[in-house]
Amino acid sequence: MHNVKTIFVKELRSYFMSPMAYIFLVCFTLFNGYFFTNTFFLINQSDMRALFSIVPLVYLFFIPVITMGLLAREKNIGTIEVIATLPIRDWEFVMGKYLSALVLIVAGLAFTLVHFFTLASVGANIDFGAALCGYLGLIFVGAFYAAIGIFSSSLTENQVVAFIIAVVIVLVFFLMDKLLIFVPHSLAGIIQYLSVDYHLSNMSRGVIDSRNLIYFGTMIWLFLTLTIRMVETRRWR
Amino acid sequence: MIRIENLVKHYGDVQALRSISFDVNDGEIVGFLGANGAGKSTTLKIMTSFLSPTSGNVYVNDQNILDHSLDIRQQIGYLPESNPLYPEMMVYDLLEFTARVRGIIGKDFRKALGKVVEQCGLQGVIHRQISACSKGYKQRIGLACAMIHDPHILILDEPVTGLDPNQIVEIRELIKQIGQEKMVIMSSHILQEIEATVDRIVIIDDGIIVANGTSKELIANLKGRTQLALEVKNVSEDSVHTLKATHPALDVSIGPKDGETFSLSIEYERGSDPRESIFKHAVDSGWVILEMSRHKIQLEDVFRSLTMEGGSNA
Repeated sequence: MHNVKTIFVKELRSYFMSPMAYIFLVCFTLFNGYFFTNTFFLINQSDMRALFSIVPLVYLFFIPVITMGLLAREKNIGTIEVIATLPIRDWEFVMGKYLSALVLIVAGLAFTLVHFFTLASVGANIDFGAALCGYLGLIFVGAFYAAIGIFSSSLTENQVVAFIIAVVIVLVFFLMDKLLIFVPHSLAGIIQYLSVDYHLSNMSRGVIDSRNLIYFGTMIWLFLTLTIRMVETRRWR
Repeated sequence: MIRIENLVKHYGDVQALRSISFDVNDGEIVGFLGANGAGKSTTLKIMTSFLSPTSGNVYVNDQNILDHSLDIRQQIGYLPESNPLYPEMMVYDLLEFTARVRGIIGKDFRKALGKVVEQCGLQGVIHRQISACSKGYKQRIGLACAMIHDPHILILDEPVTGLDPNQIVEIRELIKQIGQEKMVIMSSHILQEIEATVDRIVIIDDGIIVANGTSKELIANLKGRTQLALEVKNVSEDSVHTLKATHPALDVSIGPKDGETFSLSIEYERGSDPRESIFKHAVDSGWVILEMSRHKIQLEDVFRSLTMEGGSNA
């Protein structure tokens, strides 16, 4: 377990040693801020719901950016050979990397709390519970997308390719419930259950259903397991 | 000790290793020699658990490398061929990271750090970013990472490639010094480099071992022919024919004529020494020998003959 922490610390450091973390945090905050405040005063309600539908959209491009290099870059510059010959298990390596990306995402989310505090100071009748649940939902969605991102990164040694694969997979889950009308009735239920929006909108209303938690938990587990398997296949090529 | 048994590795359709078997004993420096693409790196990558063999086994102290991968990785220090390092990291941070993964922290780390920094001459760059270090320093940083945990076994894939002559001498001395206590396996495609450093040489060609022994043994084992080069004056065609007739074991050929002087090339089986009788024949025929030299077989010839002619004379 201490290897996970060692990898995690190293990865987090290298995010902050390169411009990546700063660019991500600044742009993520600005984009969310722009889209949120754009309509905020028009609607004129003390409600965070708008943010909870904007952040997943911003995630769509930003999470693949921070995850694309996680494994692809190791393969590209060859450091995977060093890591793989150190006494580190493949899952420890993947988890350490994944958690570092997750912390960066949560840090990005923390900056959007500025809107919450603004709202809390000027608004009235704020549903704190819903806001809290919404943020929890956003963390889950971020964790899900990051798992997709690290999986894409395990498929290739080209970061651009990893980025594109991640955006495509994320887009599939993102768009699923928007395409429900084109789907035969019998499949609609399944497709809806698989879509991210369905679970997030539940949570941002302030409802935490075990189905939502199971959904996110399963999806994250699935993509991380696939990633670890992909890293393992290296030895057999 | 390390025991390698019938290692086979396919990359898709390409057969990189056909059958590799050899042993390495404790406290021995073994040079792993072969042309580019012969299978050196593949073998080392399998020994370090980076790749799995298609078939065959590697045992480190009688433990199979597939079953005890983590334990064995802990005992090995490895410097990969391309020496990959994280360019954005500080030298100190990289060494600390490597040590931490190896379970060396706190006081132990400071002690280990002091030792490798001195051994590898890293005093000047320890707080520098790796991308800002020269190639020679990067090589030493890689070596320091491989040695930070004081491993029993050091595996170095082409450790002196790309270094300048002074650095090569330094690294060579360092390897020799380490090899007094530890098992070192180093690969190279440059012969002189290996010859100067190692106790034993294993030559690999096209995925099989073609020779295994000290450099003296390898030279002694080289079958084939020895060549005498002569420069002589007053040679008549007839006297050359007589030489051929009286010494059927010799393969005499007349080279280009330069004024009065001929060059003769005489090849013969190893083991015999016909120089004396050639000299007598020359005197009898009235030749004036200006020069007679025997081409001395060197390790380079062993390497060339093994790796260029299909390696059938191992």
